[in-house]
Amino acid sequence: MISHLVTKTAAITTVVVVSNAVGNYALSKGMQEVGQLVTWQPGPYLQAFADPWVIIGVLLLIAWLIFRLALLSWADLSYVITVTSTSYVISALLGKFFLAEQVSALRWAGIALITVGAVFVGETFPSTTDETGGLAEE
Amino acid sequence: MMRWILVALIVVPGTVGDLLTTAGMKRHGEVNDFSLSGLARLLWQLARNPYIIIGIVAMAISFFALMDLLSIAKLSFAVPATASSYLLETALAKYLLKEEVGWKRWAGASLVAIGVMLISI
Repeated sequence: MISHLVTKTAAITTVVVVSNAVGNYALSKGMQEVGQLVTWQPGPYLQAFADPWVIIGVLLLIAWLIFRLALLSWADLSYVITVTSTSYVISALLGKFFLAEQVSALRWAGIALITVGAVFVGETFPSTTDETGGLAEE
Repeated sequence: MMRWILVALIVVPGTVGDLLTTAGMKRHGEVNDFSLSGLARLLWQLARNPYIIIGIVAMAISFFALMDLLSIAKLSFAVPATASSYLLETALAKYLLKEEVGWKRWAGASLVAIGVMLISI
């Protein structure tokens, strides 16, 4: 049962991280195609939803939210926030390889620290509380 | 001054939102059905879970405050100010949610917070 939980946590964490990074990437690519959008009129926002990159980005970010909630149904918050921060690493790599963005030495250092930090937390057992989640001590 | 009010509006509702959604999901119980119909049923149940509803409203406030902050301040101001929430949430997860936070989780959260600051410079 315990190894099952570890495998399941790894699988759903991967879905959360990838949907977040690729969703943000697709949304930013789509919004660059749509152009500047700072207005109180609903029309331009609705038009943005005609852009396929925007649709893909929004769908992926909805998936991200649902799978993150599902992950929190058994995994600790202190586990999830740190391990899923690897989406920053994937975002930086997507920017470098698909948008030809420069990655400075300082950014590489940040990427390395995030990776090491996520590995530290990834080595801990994901679930240390019961179904009350601590807030139901009464 | 305005930018610090926005930082508070990002960090506090964001942290409250994460704590409430975690507590709500633990009460919901472990999710095992990841089929499309299973996820649709999950959404239907969560839409009536007050912890989740209030938690998501709090996270939305945090998100829009971040958008506002990014429109008046640089990313290199906004991200380091919010990176501290990794440590704040880890501490609150330990004391309010009673999670076991050992040295590996503290070290991991600290490294990630510093890393997130570095990538925004």
